[in-house]
Amino acid sequence: MPALERQSDLLWQFAHGDLDAFEALFREFQGEVYRWIVRIVRDPGAAEDLTIETFWRIYRAHARFDAQRSFGAWARRIATNVALDYLKVDHLKSARPQESLLQDVPAAAMPNPGVQRDIRERTARAFRQLPAKLQVTATLALIEEEPYQDIAEVLGISVGAVKLRVFRALRILRKKLRQMGIEP
Amino acid sequence: MNKQNDDKIVQLLKQSIRPADSGLERDLWPQMLRRMQERSVAVPWFDWALLAALALWLCLAPGTIPVLLYHL
Repeated sequence: MPALERQSDLLWQFAHGDLDAFEALFREFQGEVYRWIVRIVRDPGAAEDLTIETFWRIYRAHARFDAQRSFGAWARRIATNVALDYLKVDHLKSARPQESLLQDVPAAAMPNPGVQRDIRERTARAFRQLPAKLQVTATLALIEEEPYQDIAEVLGISVGAVKLRVFRALRILRKKLRQMGIEP
Repeated sequence: MNKQNDDKIVQLLKQSIRPADSGLERDLWPQMLRRMQERSVAVPWFDWALLAALALWLCLAPGTIPVLLYHL
């Protein structure tokens, strides 16, 4: 059976509640969903739990899935909502020390070591204090450099709304940085 | 001026928070199965509340039991 036909068969079976089809889709997409979530919440431990939560929501909503559409895009959209919910709660609790957010995720070396660690930490802290919706949009747009069109799709808003959120995030961030005595 | 200022903030942000490149290191399917088993056993609180309300109603108005049975 050709790959495309097999995939479409799998999606049809999943939409009709087949557990084996769900397992196959889970195994195929878990890595992609996890990577997407970790880019938003920047905490690998939490991202694992949120990946499970995403697939739990996917499983429950199987009857609403249109087998003609992309499973990956649908999963990414649900994952974004799950991550957003997590950030809203995390924002209220503010339990995690903000500095750890910088170190949890392995990444490339700093492009400019001249920027002092203290300023970087305070900037990251100010960023984490942004409202969850603005933070997610700004993370995807400014840090992960995702195209605005893709961000609009996963958030279910227009490209104009994405631009507006980025603009508002920068405005609030500038104000917070000033309060912290940082003039970029 | 504002544009320049925004660019500087973005620059500072990029230096402060690095892009994430963490990949999944283990299979999460066993955890997923556990979650599905736990959730399928659990009864939502709303169902319990509905059951309690129904029991209370039947105690207060036993005359409605035949009507309820008829509609079932």
